[in-house]
Amino acid sequence: MQQLTAKERMKIPRHPMVEQDPLERSRNFLEVNQGYDVQLAKEEALRCLQCPKPSCVEGCPVNIQIKDFITLIAEEDYIGAVHKIKEDNALPAICGRVCPQEQQCEAACIVGKRGEPVAIGYLERFVADYERESGNIELPKIAPDTGKKIAIVGSGPAGLSCANDLRQLGHDVTVFEALHQLGGVLVYGIPEFRLPKDIVATEIDGLRKMGVKFETDAIIGRITTIDELMQEEGFDAVFLGVGAGLPWFMGIPGENLVGVYSANEFLTRVNLMKAYNFPNEDTPILDCQDKNIAVFGGGNTAMDAVRTSKRLGAKHAYIIYRRSEAEMPARVEEVKHAKEEGVEFLLLTSPLEFIGDEEEWLCSVKVQKMELGEPDASGRRRPVPIEGSEYEIELDIAIVAIGNGSNPLIPQTTPDIEVSKRGTIVVDDETMKTSKKGVFAGGDIVTGGATVILAMGAGRKAAAAIHDYVTNGNW
Amino acid sequence: MYKIIEARFLGENIKKFEIEAPKIAKRRKAGQFVIIRLDEHGERIPLTIADSNPETGTITLIVQGVGKTTQQLNMMESGDEIMDVVGPLGVPSHIEKFGTTVSVGGGVGTAIAYPTAVAMKEAGNYVITINGARSKDLVLLEDEMKSISDEAYVTTDDGSYGFHGFVTQKLQELIDQGKQIDFVLAIGPIPMMRAIAEVTRPYNIKTMVSLNPIMVDGTGMCGGCRVVVDGVSKFACVDGPEFDAHKVDFKNLMDRNKMYAKKEHESLEHFHEECRLEKKIKEIKE
Ligand SMILES: Cc1cc2nc3c(=O)[nH]c(=O)nc-3n(C[C@H](O)[C@H](O)[C@H](O)COP(=O)(O)OP(=O)(O)OC[C@H]3O[C@@H](n4cnc5c(N)ncnc54)[C@H](O)[C@@H]3O)c2cc1C
Ligand SMILES: Cc1cc2nc3c(=O)[nH]c(=O)nc-3n(C[C@H](O)[C@H](O)[C@H](O)COP(=O)(O)OP(=O)(O)OC[C@H]3O[C@@H](n4cnc5c(N)ncnc54)[C@H](O)[C@@H]3O)c2cc1C
Ligand code: SF4
Ligand code: SF4
Ligand code: FES
Repeated sequence: MQQLTAKERMKIPRHPMVEQDPLERSRNFLEVNQGYDVQLAKEEALRCLQCPKPSCVEGCPVNIQIKDFITLIAEEDYIGAVHKIKEDNALPAICGRVCPQEQQCEAACIVGKRGEPVAIGYLERFVADYERESGNIELPKIAPDTGKKIAIVGSGPAGLSCANDLRQLGHDVTVFEALHQLGGVLVYGIPEFRLPKDIVATEIDGLRKMGVKFETDAIIGRITTIDELMQEEGFDAVFLGVGAGLPWFMGIPGENLVGVYSANEFLTRVNLMKAYNFPNEDTPILDCQDKNIAVFGGGNTAMDAVRTSKRLGAKHAYIIYRRSEAEMPARVEEVKHAKEEGVEFLLLTSPLEFIGDEEEWLCSVKVQKMELGEPDASGRRRPVPIEGSEYEIELDIAIVAIGNGSNPLIPQTTPDIEVSKRGTIVVDDETMKTSKKGVFAGGDIVTGGATVILAMGAGRKAAAAIHDYVTNGNW
Repeated sequence: MYKIIEARFLGENIKKFEIEAPKIAKRRKAGQFVIIRLDEHGERIPLTIADSNPETGTITLIVQGVGKTTQQLNMMESGDEIMDVVGPLGVPSHIEKFGTTVSVGGGVGTAIAYPTAVAMKEAGNYVITINGARSKDLVLLEDEMKSISDEAYVTTDDGSYGFHGFVTQKLQELIDQGKQIDFVLAIGPIPMMRAIAEVTRPYNIKTMVSLNPIMVDGTGMCGGCRVVVDGVSKFACVDGPEFDAHKVDFKNLMDRNKMYAKKEHESLEHFHEECRLEKKIKEIKE
């Protein structure tokens, strides 16, 4: 390993991500970020100061041993590095791509105090890809069978990480998924150009090889209730990782016009059902070619929807957001990429009404300009409408991406699980126990729409508690 | 994979399937539906569970071939397999002893109305069924309906069988005869359901309709199936599919259902072209 002083390390500029050209990529669904090669990764690893008390680790919600894995990269032990990460995070190829690093690990990196932080996310992704591309992913050791059966409901990051840990501990794990495909938001929401579906498939394949069982087309609550899982099918514990899949609409006139989609529907049609390849694939989507398309919202979902519409040929692809860019919850990189791809941002602009024709097809949206007022409860400055600033924007398609509530299916069919006023499942913070004996929950169904890494972390926490519960019987 | 145990045409373009789906068969209640996907490239489409048999572990679907997916399905035979069948979905029909209930079925809607009529009978209601079709050879489930009804009527648009006219006219006739009707469930084409709502509205007869918006997931995740009821958006797959007929915005439903008309046509053409090609290849091989 090269011996450099801290000063020398600080002088190395951050290595930018290798990206597809913006014009080119705004017409294809291939991954935008191409990843570091070995050389870039090694050089980026040299920027890490090997802090005695690494603050980056505190910034990561699952406390990956960041300093250690970066050191291993510098020592050219890439497989060692990925194993180090996997001690804390089972899905590094995914988190390295979609974590909001600028608010987490990289925000806490000391190098970032004076310049740009070490590219922790890019390095994490690099080693995970290195391992996958080597075609030789080492499966973790599986403890001897415990004879305990555990049901995981939902195959998003919370469910997958929970399944991973419990299987390693020797339990008999079955994952139930409502859709025909596994992965949750990772497959139906986040597009291919940001997270190739192959990567998710490889992770799931790994779990399968470890002996995790999967049942698709299985909507728990409908086909089998939680009580039946435990009483009739012999499951000793249940983990609920059912996500926050209930799209909110804005409650303004015209929201049911033809041409108004939820981001969930728009993205599901394209990602899960492959509508971009219609009619070779049976599921249609309204024509986007040369159309005016607006997405309402400022989060990752909004960026994914607007960039997807661009790739489907939109003439104008707008983001319409009622606050300013600083308040946008989306990852900084996504906003940057969206701008480079020609997405038009109409900030401090709020929709009032969708306007349609006789046949109820969307024609335009009436919007109003806003200005920022006093901070609200969330600490963000509240947008206040400017009187008389209303105007209309011609639109063919509108996509509403203002967030998701909780799907009520499980609570409805399992009344003894306590839910909050917002519909989220109430759990003990440490053990992820719900109010129902033997049932645990984590991820978006507990927090409301959050992040992949938080869902994953919750799945792991629950796995530890479930292990404790099924081995000791303590509730 | 879900195996087709039996498949047989009931009439022109309408086919009945028994499909192996033991868990769904055990659970399912009248008024619920499944979402199926035929193969890897298939669209997810909803179909009502017309009947089920927990012993044999099968569910019954009755399918009218209207477009690509339903026509492709109707070409399938016993022994073939369907890639995905998810369910049971939707809120079961509200069954209660109302007194006298009328089940109105139009076209393939008859098949959907059937299980609820059975349940109404079991709940102790005096059950009247009105079973409408365009002409004689399109009448569905006539014997089944008769066997569970206290009064069973068939109507045909062209008068080739039963009452000459629409189901609405028959219902109006029953009302005019002074029959005390406590509850109506109407299932069929949207214009028919809308017309039924108008028949019963002046008499304040509680009327439910089973709506058929375009669906994707069927779990409440996409919002594509939203319908306007009493001025409020409802997700038909989780809040429905049955709603109070007097409160439904039928125009919106009709307009939304036409959303992909162009695409559906294109898809069907593409499918027919593929079928022709396949036939040709087969001919050449032989
Ligand atoms: C478009 C989009 C982009 C995003 N981008 C990012 C990003 O860049 N970075 C980031 O960190 N986060 C992002 N997020 C948020 C992140 O994806 C979620 O926080 C995360 O996926 C939550 O994981 P989960 O396991 O709790 O639930 P989900 O991923 O939602 O998975 C839940 C699964 O449970 C299934 N399910 C639901 N009910 C049942 C039932 N009754 N029976 C069986 N199965 C059921 C669902 O079908 C689903 O597959 C994004 C979200 C969206 C929608
Ligand atoms: C709750 C429910 C229960 C139903 N039960 C039955 C039944 O028991 N038997 C039966 O024959 N039909 C039933 N239908 C209608 C059936 O789903 C449609 O006929 C079918 O989806 C048409 O698909 P297609 O590809 O063959 O035709 P397409 O050419 O694609 O469409 C024909 C028409 O069907 C509707 N449609 C298209 N795609 C969908 C979709 N994904 N979901 C819903 N509707 C769609 C549209 O209004 C369209 O105009 C039901 C619909 C709903 C919502
Ligand atoms: S999991 Fe996310 S937050 Fe943690 S180190 Fe990796 S990229 Fe950073
Ligand atoms: S804080 Fe930054 S420099 Fe320090 S160990 Fe972590 S990554 Fe390296
Ligand atoms: S079909 Fe997607 S929410 Fe009803």
